[in-house]
Amino acid sequence: MVEIKDLHKNFDGNVVLDGVSFNVAETENMVVFGRSGTGKSVLLKCMIRLMQPDSGDVIIQGQNIRELKVRELNELRKDIGFLFQGAALYDSMSVKENLEFPLIRNFKLTQIEMDKRVSKVLEAVSLEEAINKMPSELSGGMRKRIGLARSVITNPKLMLYDEPTTGLDPITSKEISSLIIDLEHAFNMTSVVVTHDLLCAKIIADRAIVLSGGKIVAEGDIENLVTSEDPLLKNFFSDEIFEENNGRVQ
Amino acid sequence: MIAGLFKFSFKFLKEVFIPPYEVDQIRKHMIELGMKTLPIVGVTGFIIGLVIAMQLSPVLKRFGAEAFLPGSVGISIVRELGPVICALIFAGRVSSGIGAELGSMRVTEQIDAMEVSGVNPFRYLVVTRVFATTFILPILTVYVIFIALIGAYIAVVLVQNMTWAYFMDRVIFSVEFGDAIPGVSKTFVFGFIVGIVGAYKGYTAENGTEGVGKASTSSVVVSSLLILIFDMVLVKLTLWLWPTVK
Ligand SMILES: Nc1ncnc2c1ncn2[C@@H]1O[C@H](COP(=O)(O)OP(=O)(O)O)[C@@H](O)[C@H]1O
Ligand SMILES: [Mg+2]
Repeated sequence: MVEIKDLHKNFDGNVVLDGVSFNVAETENMVVFGRSGTGKSVLLKCMIRLMQPDSGDVIIQGQNIRELKVRELNELRKDIGFLFQGAALYDSMSVKENLEFPLIRNFKLTQIEMDKRVSKVLEAVSLEEAINKMPSELSGGMRKRIGLARSVITNPKLMLYDEPTTGLDPITSKEISSLIIDLEHAFNMTSVVVTHDLLCAKIIADRAIVLSGGKIVAEGDIENLVTSEDPLLKNFFSDEIFEENNGRVQ
Repeated sequence: MIAGLFKFSFKFLKEVFIPPYEVDQIRKHMIELGMKTLPIVGVTGFIIGLVIAMQLSPVLKRFGAEAFLPGSVGISIVRELGPVICALIFAGRVSSGIGAELGSMRVTEQIDAMEVSGVNPFRYLVVTRVFATTFILPILTVYVIFIALIGAYIAVVLVQNMTWAYFMDRVIFSVEFGDAIPGVSKTFVFGFIVGIVGAYKGYTAENGTEGVGKASTSSVVVSSLLILIFDMVLVKLTLWLWPTVK
């Protein structure tokens, strides 16, 4: 489904990705672990060509996204959902307009079909009552849910999540993580989740990789990574658990 | 920055002709911007008209040329004061607004989200706003000129007896097409400057909320400065194209 091959990216000499490669299989939930500032967001943005990597390839459904024309890229993006870190809801639009926005231009649907999809995704995130609210009236957790609803409304095959639980309290993060995994199953999606939240990773991950210093330093089952005797990983996860116990300060 | 702004304007010229045309968005922005600035430019125009007439009145009297008061006030308002004052106020109000709005959309990744949804954010956000500012400012300017003339008339009436009809007759007699056309048409350029500078600053904002504030304030500074510079150039150009001294 997804193949990342030797991705490199630097900003004015600040090397952020230094040869990142991994594959994600169909319907697999892959978690990318990394500290703040290790280039997780950059990695996701390269995967959907919001950023151009310096070198390396991203192949999604057999298509090398570097080589796609704008129209082909937009066609491929219809199959990809992206949940941004702050949910990125459009401030000037109501929840309903936010949800309709990805549909209006690229999917030729009637208003009835659109309404149906809107209520379906709102039901999936249990926020039917928020349909006419403005984003400013929503709490952090609600915004994440609406962001989630907006990214799955196009029925994507691949979902990319940028720190879906960062900035939320522990209970809400657990709810969001469970919601993500439910949606993954309900919509039969493949996903890449970048996070530094161990709890979230444990709930979602089929497999995990650890990103550090621009490289992938470990890969495997999440339990194995956490209990690993490798000093680097031990250090990494002991800090993560510490962070978790302290109420998850970003 | 100048190079970036230039490239950004060039991109606008390229994208503006490509469908889909976001007509609803353009209409929405024009109404919104017009409504937002109508009161403040009206008040300013009125006061400027009043004050310029009050200032010119004794000067012309000194030279025994009171009869030229409506004409000279009219010409200054139509050629220079109306368009430039209106544009500067518009820049203060609108350029900063666009800079802040697009800046916050940039730093909260709303622009990225749009792009991922297969909507060209440049066309949806930038083209529509720049188009709206370019075409709403001339309309506002005509309105400001009219209000300023009313202000001027009131100042005139306070010192000499004159009907509105006679005043306007003198104004229209003195103000020629060669005054009105360049006066109003340069505001298309000013409107474009206000829109493109605000959009450029906002669209390229970085560094979180701090960047948004910076985008907003520097939009006003840069667009006001560019308006004055282009005014100078355009005045020179129109004097050369339409020599008014016969
Ligand atoms: N647009 C950009 N311009 C310059 N540097 C950037 C840009 N985006 C990210 N970076 C740098 O790349 C590094 C990784 O950023 P990011 O991917 O956002 O980290 P995170 O893993 O927390 O998501 C940071 O050091 C950041 O300063
Ligand atoms: Mg990030």
